[in-house]
Amino acid sequence: MSMTYQIVVCGSLVPDPLQTLEPVSGPAGPMLKNEMMLPAVLDPWASHALYEAAHLAGQFPGSKVWLVSLGPKAKLQQLMTIVAQKAPFELVALDGPASGFADAAETAAALAEAIQAIPGIEAGKLLLFGGWESASRGAGVTLQTVGERLGIRDQFQGVDALTINADGSMRILERIEGGKHQVSCCSGPPALLGWATGNLPEPRNNPQLGMTNMRSIMPALQRARPVKFAGEGVKFHSVALPKQQRETRIAKDLSADEVAREIVDWIKQQ
Amino acid sequence: METILALAVVESDGTLGKPGLEAVTAAQEMARQMGQAALVIGLIGDNPQPAANQLAHCGAARFLAAAGPDFAVARYGTDAAAAEALARAAAATVVVAPGTARVNRFLPGVAHRLQGRADTHVTGLVSVEGKTAVTRWYYRQRMEAVLHRAARPWLIAVDPGCFAPWNGPAGQAALENVPLTVDDQLRRTRVLGVQEPAADAQTIRPEAGLLFVTGAGWTKKQADGQTHVKEAEIIILDFLKHTRASLGSSKSLVDLSGEGQQVLSFLTHLNQIGQTGSTPRHPKGLATCCHGEEPHAVGWRFISERRAVNLDPNCGWARGKADVLYVADAFAVMRKVNELLAAS
Repeated sequence: MSMTYQIVVCGSLVPDPLQTLEPVSGPAGPMLKNEMMLPAVLDPWASHALYEAAHLAGQFPGSKVWLVSLGPKAKLQQLMTIVAQKAPFELVALDGPASGFADAAETAAALAEAIQAIPGIEAGKLLLFGGWESASRGAGVTLQTVGERLGIRDQFQGVDALTINADGSMRILERIEGGKHQVSCCSGPPALLGWATGNLPEPRNNPQLGMTNMRSIMPALQRARPVKFAGEGVKFHSVALPKQQRETRIAKDLSADEVAREIVDWIKQQ
Repeated sequence: METILALAVVESDGTLGKPGLEAVTAAQEMARQMGQAALVIGLIGDNPQPAANQLAHCGAARFLAAAGPDFAVARYGTDAAAAEALARAAAATVVVAPGTARVNRFLPGVAHRLQGRADTHVTGLVSVEGKTAVTRWYYRQRMEAVLHRAARPWLIAVDPGCFAPWNGPAGQAALENVPLTVDDQLRRTRVLGVQEPAADAQTIRPEAGLLFVTGAGWTKKQADGQTHVKEAEIIILDFLKHTRASLGSSKSLVDLSGEGQQVLSFLTHLNQIGQTGSTPRHPKGLATCCHGEEPHAVGWRFISERRAVNLDPNCGWARGKADVLYVADAFAVMRKVNELLAAS
């Protein structure tokens, strides 16, 4: 069965995980100290979604991938110079906050509106991809809400594998408790897949692909619609780093036998 | 007056599992904090009567159910429809549910249908300025926020392990079935089953008392200038066999396979803890050969007692984060640990 897919990946930027993060109070609520200065990466699980999308599109000629990203325009531009070298896609940019403290429902409304405005999008070909959670809010709320707004009633989260069957149906593996996967079969698009790590390695940088992508990315960034959130109905009373610093006992003069005995005694303690 | 719906999915035998019982405790706690609040139980499953009976004396004013074979499987379409119907039937202003994989899949979508707001991965309830607020972590467990929502309905998924499971006498509950039409559009997805490793290859055990974390050091050159990956595999699996511990891994170790290096054959991304992995809850954690700073250490944020074996006394994984850091060769130590465990 000949299939083509329109794969829309939702993903934005998050601070590089190697950075030290410190919450501070801003005029509109909590934010990160020096947030605009922090080096950013594409959200890790959204990255996996993008690689899986590109891989799937490559298997089905005529398919196309869009990356819909909401973040400060200047930071998106920086980020795209790297991301553009990883996979072929067309960017749909929204200029707004990428903070973990931004409201998920408002974020979802803006993303859904942007997806609906993509010319030629058809529900019968639409696969909505993203990370199952972000590395900022870490809630797993935004993507489901976007799906609901687009009328997608087949949703999967923690996806590690997608296989297209000969009849066009989709076999999907979702993470569930205890290191297991639930196996489902969906009759076809539209469907929403919130990806975990998937099975693909991070693609190597391809400068030629980057240059091709950037031809459409720069105009997309220039067109980026400004988005503002009201943040109504939620009040953050506090945001704080965990204070507990443990008094670590450094045991460095014990033999392996002594260490082993201590560990075994400790394991056996109730 | 607030109406709190404790929403849960029943197990295949019709009873409520531990996460569901924990959500009932959380709902009761919320009702207590809110004062004049009514508690309603909402159950989803093929036959939820045993679960209702289990909760007969939990103080709920009503017991509602979306029951039938369509609700036995974890499928977004039918689960979301059931949860929406239950919330509407209860006229719920707050919904408290267990943050299981199944519930986390559908709860945010239901919040949208009800024109409410959802908060997932909630770890606690506190009273602030006379209002009930929730605690949850941001930026992958690196900072904790206390927040309150005025928006209603407010749908909350509490992380498993954060509340004591409700425990009370069983009885006979009058279960009201909420009528619900399931059409073929909601059945476009068929659940085929669960795929899991063979019992002897299963290394992820959420209920285990100990989390054993392995780092990339296990695959690096040792004192003799050689790697000993096969021996590392034997030591680690032997330890898991003796202790029934759950196996976690640092990201660097899982990623090595993508870089063409020799890796531990039984490790997958599912074992990964930390930034892009899980943040499991266990009473004890033992880390071996792990290196790194905050991004990795978040993986054992919710481990109560922590010990580490490492050759570097200044290791950021352990210092200030573990209770004890043994500066020692993990190969030698764990070999001996296995001997002692085998002998006992």
